[in-house]
Amino acid sequence: MSVKKVYDKQPDTFEFTKENLVLAENILNKYPKERKKSAVMPLLYLAQNQNDNWIPLAALKYIGKFLSMPYINVYEIATFYSMYNLSPVGKYFVQVCTTTPCLLRGANEIVKACQKKISKNENTISENGMCSWTEVECLGACVNAPMMQVNRDYYEDLSKNNIEKILDSFMQDDPIKPGSFRNRKSSAPENNKINGNGINNA
Amino acid sequence: MPKITVNNKEIEFENGMTVLQACELAGAEIPRFCYHERLSIAGNCRMCLVEMEKSSKPIASCAMPATEGMKIKTNTEKVEKARKGVMEFLLANHPLDCPVCDQGGECDLQDQSLYYGFDKSRFKENKRKVKDKYMGPLIKTIMTRCIHCTRCVRFATEVAGVTEIGAIGRGENMEITTFLEKSMESELSANVIDLCPVGALTSKPYAFEARPWELKKTETIDVMDAVGSNIRVDTYGWEVKRVLPRLNEEINEEWISDKTRYACDGLLKQRIDKPFKRENGKLIECSWDEALNIVGSKIKETDKNQIGFHAGDMLSMETINSLKEFAKKLSIPNYEFREKPFYLNSDNKMNYIFNSSIKGIEESDCIVLIGTNPRHEATMLNARIRKAFVAKKIPIISFGDPGDLTYDYTNAGNSTEDIKKLLNKENETSKILLNSKKPIIIIGESALELKSAKFILQGIKKFLKENNFINENWNAFNVLLQNASSVGAIDLGFFEKDNSFNFFNKLKNNEFKLLYFIGSDNLDFIKSNEFIIYQGSHGDRMAQIADVILPSPAYTEQNGLFINLEGRLQKSNKSTYPPGSSKEDWKIFNLILNNLEEDEKFKNFVELRTDTISKIKNHTDFDLLPKKTIQDLKFESGSLINEPIYMNEIDYYFSNSIARSSKTMSDCRAARSKKLNKITGS
Repeated sequence: MSVKKVYDKQPDTFEFTKENLVLAENILNKYPKERKKSAVMPLLYLAQNQNDNWIPLAALKYIGKFLSMPYINVYEIATFYSMYNLSPVGKYFVQVCTTTPCLLRGANEIVKACQKKISKNENTISENGMCSWTEVECLGACVNAPMMQVNRDYYEDLSKNNIEKILDSFMQDDPIKPGSFRNRKSSAPENNKINGNGINNA
Repeated sequence: MPKITVNNKEIEFENGMTVLQACELAGAEIPRFCYHERLSIAGNCRMCLVEMEKSSKPIASCAMPATEGMKIKTNTEKVEKARKGVMEFLLANHPLDCPVCDQGGECDLQDQSLYYGFDKSRFKENKRKVKDKYMGPLIKTIMTRCIHCTRCVRFATEVAGVTEIGAIGRGENMEITTFLEKSMESELSANVIDLCPVGALTSKPYAFEARPWELKKTETIDVMDAVGSNIRVDTYGWEVKRVLPRLNEEINEEWISDKTRYACDGLLKQRIDKPFKRENGKLIECSWDEALNIVGSKIKETDKNQIGFHAGDMLSMETINSLKEFAKKLSIPNYEFREKPFYLNSDNKMNYIFNSSIKGIEESDCIVLIGTNPRHEATMLNARIRKAFVAKKIPIISFGDPGDLTYDYTNAGNSTEDIKKLLNKENETSKILLNSKKPIIIIGESALELKSAKFILQGIKKFLKENNFINENWNAFNVLLQNASSVGAIDLGFFEKDNSFNFFNKLKNNEFKLLYFIGSDNLDFIKSNEFIIYQGSHGDRMAQIADVILPSPAYTEQNGLFINLEGRLQKSNKSTYPPGSSKEDWKIFNLILNNLEEDEKFKNFVELRTDTISKIKNHTDFDLLPKKTIQDLKFESGSLINEPIYMNEIDYYFSNSIARSSKTMSDCRAARSKKLNKITGS
């Protein structure tokens, strides 16, 4: 992974919508007035939600002005955290976990499927404009490895048998239901196996 | 005082010190990259690891506060191994391009790898490659060499006051950049080059010019403004290759302004190296004898009242002294050093110097600016104001609108009426002022140019005295003059003392027949029929309209004394020799006197210098502040006219003839105006 690329076709302006402006004010109210800079992360997230899941430079400047903080500091934060996108992503943004547990359970296969189905390189939008994918670090669902996050949903217990079908559903703009693909209830044991405390699959 | 044991040696240290500082106190040298005395502590290079008793791991000494009874070891095998490990990580991604790196020979990483470097690389992976960033016309970046110490980021934010450099990305992929690769909008930007411990940020104008060990280094004084920053001039043969700051806690700490540092390429360009005379409207070369004959005969045939002498902004005191004696000998009454008619009162040295001293700014708890823009008039002084502001958040109030000063200030009004309100204790400012213990009031040249200048200067002085802000321990009254020669010229009395501005009126009405400009290029003057003699180093504004040009050396090419705005006398040393047949200014005056068959006043330079020093008011010694003269303060009253306080526009990068000849300065000016145009949309 290298420093995030800033998209080269930037919109000239950015402004919060009326609804988001209300939300932004609410966020600001959570922090002391002299420390309003603290609101930078939720505001960036708000901007990202408003702008098709990516943050244009104009939004960085807008938030910098909004919080009276230097642009470079907003920029630093936006590049530091991997969940802020500085280039457009697909309507379905696939984030494949490739940290150790997922990797051991076959995350490579998921990546290969993404390369095959979506685009050869990560952070590139598919030809039909529906999807883009990227490798990310641990998403905290190691029990259901390998897994991936698509927009706000977790797709877990993937395997090379079902991943292509799942990706196809996104590519056809008809997303499949998220959750475990081995019919587990969240991260509970499979097939009514008894867990360590002797309790049946609760 | 608490005690700490460093390498079995027990020493006392001051509370609040870090382990690194305590170790230094004990004489143990600690290698470091990110730590810098004048910047906040980052603790991210890990080079300063030391062993602490009861700690299983080595600690980063720069970030660890020293406490009573600590036992530190800096010379054990464990420490050595830890530092070697850190160095190996730092070098893992650092390119091995020392032979083509401008930092070579003065590189912290190079020096320290001599002691802690591994003799071969165990790093088999690919090295990281980072795209170079644009940071303006002064800073060249080779970002692959960056070791992420963040000194530059901290400098820009903390000292320069422009949060424009930042670290984007994270971990191994962290990159240092300005927002969207704009040039840094600061007059102190080039100090990051000195701060960079590796060759990531190097000097663009000096790129591949010379190696540090090839240069002859001369310690001298800067003359770009009246602050008198201490500098080191590095020369290679005749050429001044670069100018670096010299540590002086009293004046510039260890920073200098970009103009001080980079106007030096102007010393190589536009130089006057031979005498010239004007024939049929064209300047042609001539011999010294010819030029002197023309000057001599012109002086002889012109009525003395119609001759005017003007001394420039970068002249040494010796030059001004010999010039004054020269004028005296020829009984010429019109001489002046001011570039604009501003009010001056030289009865007491206190009336025209910065009495609180630059270092004193740090003690202050309230600063009032009257018609001054310290950012452009005295950049290093402005950095001190910012330092005081950052440390204590002191209130800063300005009369007149100086624009962005890199710190927050409140504008208390833009007219002289507002100052009257202050003096009558009628406004908010006076309350803040009276509640403070060590206030500073700075009166700038823009205020002294007003018609109410006398009222302002005398009124403020009286106000401060009455409220006991001028006493033995503290003097809140300050005048900020802009030129290096100003205080010296006032001490030597090289101006019209009655403030009637006869010289300027005559100049404006073209009443002079003969004008003799010595290094003076900033006068607002339109020529009609005057015969103009220009004596100086650069073919700038005045040389273009001159009838005779006499070449003389620039500030790096002759010895001289300068008094800075605090009244501190400093010695400037000759670091290189002038081009062509230039002669020192005082020698030229002697030659003219010889030509007129008059006796010369000064036979040699020692005589001249001794005489000059004897004329300095309240003289103490070199590099010291002058004696205080608050006992015999006189107060006069001036008339108040309600007028706006108009701030003089300063073309910062083009403020003197050397800077105007410098390509680097014009690049900076272009970069800045481009940025301004973008903001205003014009």
